[in-house]
Amino acid sequence: MLAFLQSLLQMVWKTVTDQPSPKSLFLSHVPEEWRPLVSAFLSVLPIVMVFPMLFALTTVVERKGLGRIQNRPGPNRVGPAGFLQFAADGIKAIIKEDVVPRAADRVVHFIAPLVLVVPVLLSYSVLPFGRNLVPIDLDTGLLFFFAVGAVTELAVFMAGWSSRNKYSLLGATRAIAQMISYEIPLILSALTVVMVVGTLSLPAIAEAQGPAPGGWLCRWHFFTPWGFAGFWLFLVAACAEANRSPFDLPEGESEIIAGYYLEYSGFKFALFFLGEYLGLFAASGLGITLFLGGWHAPFAFLEGWIPGWVWFLGKLVALILLFIWVRGTLPRVRMDQLMNFAWKFMLPLTLVNMLGAGLWHFLTNPIARWGLPAVLIGGAYVVLGRGLMPRSRVGPRVYRYAD
Amino acid sequence: MNELSFFLLLSTLLFGIGLAGVLVRRNAILVLVSVELMLNAANLNFIAFWRHGAGGESAGLMFVLFSIAVAAAEAAVGLALVIAVYRRFRTAHLDRVDTLKG
Amino acid sequence: MNGITLILGLVTLAGALASVALRNLVHCALGLMVAFAGLAGLYLSLGAQFVGLVQVLVYIGAVGIVFIFAILLTRGGGSESGSLFSTSWAVGGGIALAVTGVMAAALLQSPSLDRGSVRAAGPTVRQVGESLMADYVIPLEVMALLLTAAAIGAIIVAMPEKGDPGAPPQPPPG
Repeated sequence: MLAFLQSLLQMVWKTVTDQPSPKSLFLSHVPEEWRPLVSAFLSVLPIVMVFPMLFALTTVVERKGLGRIQNRPGPNRVGPAGFLQFAADGIKAIIKEDVVPRAADRVVHFIAPLVLVVPVLLSYSVLPFGRNLVPIDLDTGLLFFFAVGAVTELAVFMAGWSSRNKYSLLGATRAIAQMISYEIPLILSALTVVMVVGTLSLPAIAEAQGPAPGGWLCRWHFFTPWGFAGFWLFLVAACAEANRSPFDLPEGESEIIAGYYLEYSGFKFALFFLGEYLGLFAASGLGITLFLGGWHAPFAFLEGWIPGWVWFLGKLVALILLFIWVRGTLPRVRMDQLMNFAWKFMLPLTLVNMLGAGLWHFLTNPIARWGLPAVLIGGAYVVLGRGLMPRSRVGPRVYRYAD
Repeated sequence: MNELSFFLLLSTLLFGIGLAGVLVRRNAILVLVSVELMLNAANLNFIAFWRHGAGGESAGLMFVLFSIAVAAAEAAVGLALVIAVYRRFRTAHLDRVDTLKG
Repeated sequence: MNGITLILGLVTLAGALASVALRNLVHCALGLMVAFAGLAGLYLSLGAQFVGLVQVLVYIGAVGIVFIFAILLTRGGGSESGSLFSTSWAVGGGIALAVTGVMAAALLQSPSLDRGSVRAAGPTVRQVGESLMADYVIPLEVMALLLTAAAIGAIIVAMPEKGDPGAPPQPPPG
């Protein structure tokens, strides 16, 4: 019994301090036939505990942050400074009546939130959270992530269609059109990393961004011209993929009330909310792994003595705060602007970015290596950005009749 | 029954369901759905034979990858045709699109 | 063959049956998705990891969504009214049954299926990529051309013509 507890503590200590194979000693105390099950449980439990908790805190921080941006206090009644608001919201969601419209397709209406949440949770299983902290080191990790993410579109359609409500269906079709359009730049901007590193395994991609031998800076892909452009393209596409403001047309309150989850109430609504935020966190985690060095520190002297998962969570929180800031700042785009932005700006720019990554990979002269992709991507940015400008020139107003 | 014949039987049944759908259903979209089922049955066969050592290191996998790409192209064009037919005849039912009958 | 494979096979068959037999077209499409997902699971259980994930990404993420959009665009979102099946359903069903029966019978009697060797694991992504870029590079390029042609063709075919009854109304002159 004592040895068992000791091994449990050792597992926690090894996990916290980034040591390899944290589970192995503990698993040796478990009966042989239970090992796969216990091992899977130990991998799943932290994900299921940490990320919904992060979601709960994010909802409070988001509401308080948006409140600050809009010059009002935000939630401040429940708990210290209002930080227990999520508990009150959760209890409310659970005890509320679950209303299903009479005309709704009951089976599909019931399954839709599950089809949304389960794949999102699955996508966490390939993300490396720390140096030795990856639930499954899949050879095809990146492909797994995108394949699982593709199921979200189906869940959105199921929710919108089964409600038998025209606003739900409009919201669902908008959401699917948006997700399909932005999935292409999302995948293409992630492909640049695959081109340069040469693997689809996410732990290997994170590993490749460690400190250069003898250098003081880590080799984050963010610090290269193609990685810099790729990261921002990825982030914008992830924002649109998660239906976040300024791309929140599928749930635009002023036009289609709440979009595809209009007819959901109580806990099912909470599941949609959870799935949306968890999807955003997963996409941010993928962006961190691909471009921001994963669990690596930015500078070589910080590497090693601060555990990797601290860096990962820190970057994740920073990205979440960035998303909240963007939501409080930018107005919602129009549907035609959304589509033009995806197909006429993001897609060509990601293609040029792939060319830049190829040049970076094959050139050896440092000046050409840095300059050529930078000039290429910057030029494409300027040209494509000018193409998005409104055609009609806005000049000084001419009064035809009042003169 | 060994593993290979289980998979082959499964894909035969899948193919049969697809074939029945193509021959029996009236709606053009469901005919395309059934064609997809038949293509998938063929893909399952390729993977099962690949698994049991036929066709070199990765020939079966490559064939399935290309088959998936072709199926995607086929679905896009086929459904565009259905939409064009619907726009002209106001129906997607195959037995009502019969202007060539005279 | 183990329990999981058997369950996946049954799920695939159930989804396939639902996709050809149900009255509501959207339910048919969702049944098709179940069949695709079951097939992806079967590919994974057979050790073809890359193909299984591509199956999910392409079939559920793209082909299925295209089907759903086509159903919505042809006003098929509700239940089908009238007969589900074409007038010649008896002949069609008979042919399908006969073909399946002959194939299954031939399969069950075939002696050559008793292959002992089972591949341990599928090729890594690197091997898949290398064979795509080396041995199969010309099919790959042809496929790129085909997909481009299909995309352009689909857009042109589905674009409303001027004289169509379904074309958007022309703005009045002047």
